Amino acid sequence: MIWNALLLALREIRRNLMRSFLTILGIVIGVSAVITMVTLGNGATRAVSDQIASLGSNLLIIRPGQHLGPGRDSAGAAAFKVADVEALKTQVSGLAAVVPVTNKSVTLVAMARNWSTGVTGTTSDWFATGKWQIASGRIFNEAEERAGAAACVIGETIRRELFGSQDPLGQQIRVKQFSCEVIGLLASKGQSTMGNDQDDLLVMPLRTVQRRLTGSIDVASLMISVRDDASMDIAKDQVSWLMRERRHIGAGDNDDFSVMDTRQIAETLSGTTKVMTGLLGAVAAVSLLVGGIGIMNIMLVSVTERTREIGIRLAIGALEREVLLQFLIEAVALASLGGIIGILLATLASIGGAALMHVPYLFNPAINLLSFGFSAAIGVVFGYVPARRAARLDPIEALRHA
Amino acid sequence: MSEPLIALSGVTRTFGTGAAAFQALRGVDLTIEEGEFVAIMGPSGSGKSSMMNILGCLDTPSGGSYRFRGLRVEDLNRDQRALLRRHALGFVFQGFNLLARTSAQENVELPLLYRGETVEARHDAARAALAAVGLEGWGHHSPAELSGGQQQRVAIARALVTNPSLLLADEPTGNLDTERSREIIDLLVALNRDKGITVVMVTHESDMAAYARRIVRLVDGKVESDIRNAAPAGVVPGAH
Ligand SMILES: Nc1ncnc2c1ncn2[C@@H]1O[C@H](COP(=O)(O)OP(=O)(O)OP(=O)(O)O)[C@@H](O)[C@H]1O
Ligand SMILES: [Mg+2]
Repeated sequence: MIWNALLLALREIRRNLMRSFLTILGIVIGVSAVITMVTLGNGATRAVSDQIASLGSNLLIIRPGQHLGPGRDSAGAAAFKVADVEALKTQVSGLAAVVPVTNKSVTLVAMARNWSTGVTGTTSDWFATGKWQIASGRIFNEAEERAGAAACVIGETIRRELFGSQDPLGQQIRVKQFSCEVIGLLASKGQSTMGNDQDDLLVMPLRTVQRRLTGSIDVASLMISVRDDASMDIAKDQVSWLMRERRHIGAGDNDDFSVMDTRQIAETLSGTTKVMTGLLGAVAAVSLLVGGIGIMNIMLVSVTERTREIGIRLAIGALEREVLLQFLIEAVALASLGGIIGILLATLASIGGAALMHVPYLFNPAINLLSFGFSAAIGVVFGYVPARRAARLDPIEALRHA
Repeated sequence: MSEPLIALSGVTRTFGTGAAAFQALRGVDLTIEEGEFVAIMGPSGSGKSSMMNILGCLDTPSGGSYRFRGLRVEDLNRDQRALLRRHALGFVFQGFNLLARTSAQENVELPLLYRGETVEARHDAARAALAAVGLEGWGHHSPAELSGGQQQRVAIARALVTNPSLLLADEPTGNLDTERSREIIDLLVALNRDKGITVVMVTHESDMAAYARRIVRLVDGKVESDIRNAAPAGVVPGAH
């Protein structure tokens, strides 16, 4: 019986191929949107955590204010000073490096071209701590750091945008009122973390940035690498304790800075991408529901259109539930077909999208199964009303229908 | 003596309620035995179709009783009446009522599908039924590709493929010219004579009714006359 109904349903779908296709378009789009969003979202999450993890597990990052990520609450919290760096280096044991970082957005000019980017002011330890390699030239030395020399190391993107095919080493770049000499070129890290270009940066000694660009002795954040033989937890506690003391925070008061290790940062960032994934997935799920309404609409039209056919079937001796089943199966078959096409489309879109976004393509069986099951369920839910209407028709009335 | 195939007693059928109520049947008494060929005649609006719908278990009487082989049809529920139609009744309508865009073969197989018969059984029975109505080899044609007479013969094949006890035909030749009409009537006569299928046929044309062995006239929802035809047209040698 079910088999027969399925054959009937498939025959009916084939008979109205164009209409069937339009009917399931909503489901196709819904399913492929849900799966693509979730798959790419998962890929992005993975990419973020992979990238952070690549910095190593022994990194601590200290920022003023309490939260990392969107809505960071740093208002009112004082910035760090170079003295904090010295204090951490001397008073906390087990630290391999303490790196101050200050950023400033600027427009660079060189060879009659310009480029907007962020300048990073820091110390030479920054390169090793951030796992940067030098492609050519050198990094600045201690003398240049102390003197606040106008020397800079540039990322691959800046080389490409300002110097094109020419060798950047020894060239001058204008940064606001002064020129700095390019002494080194960083090896490319490529694009990642939700489309950030990691190579779009220019690194200078901290003192140079403070004197010539920010005009203050503030340090925006501190990067600390903990020695492999030391405990992360202990280092973290000691850092917090020292910073509380230096920032005069009372015993009952909350920290006005945050110390995070790489694992926490990865979690926070991937938490954000997970929320985004969830939201996009939910929006896509709504479109799936809309697709279901499309199926109900067409099925209702179909029942009206096929009233005479239903009358014939009833007159011949079809039971109410057999007619119900026929239309229900037709709706479910349509919706499932939409689900299958949606899955195929989503697979293509996810692979393509993952390549474009530079995130890994992670096949997620759960979301594929779930979407398919959901689309079939939509067929049942939205097919039921039209199917019942068909089954309840009065055979005589139905036969009289034009 | 066994129960008659059909026994209507005091059957009424009222459409609508209150002031708008209209009584299409006003107490019909009619008994039809197994193997009869009955023509129902009467002016338009006299209740012929209403009675056929009741005979075909598509509708139930408002009053009175309808026994099919002694079974009280008015006591059956919707599904039970559907099963009775499926197993004992065959319908032929004025408008053919074939499934469009569906081959003749598939149309004829439809009642067997609902009976749950196997694919081979369906194929064989449908082919035999099409052959019996003279449409051998026309199985793959859709209704749109067939003439009116051929469509009606497909409809008859569909009605008889289940070997029904009773074949109900409401103006089966109403849409056909005289030549096609005669073919259809000959077919019904042959089915009645050779297979013993009871045939009840509504017709407006007295030369068609002449083929029946019994002619029932309805007027204003009542049986006005019930005449036995000693020499029906179909059995005259050489009539077809
Ligand atoms: N569903 C219905 N609702 C209301 N009135 C109806 C309904 N069906 C039939 N009637 C009325 O019942 C009367 C008998 O109708 P019926 O169709 O049985 O006549 P008939 O003898 O078959 O006529 P015809 O020869 O024109 O087919 C008509 O007056 C018709 O208007
Ligand atoms: Mg009529």
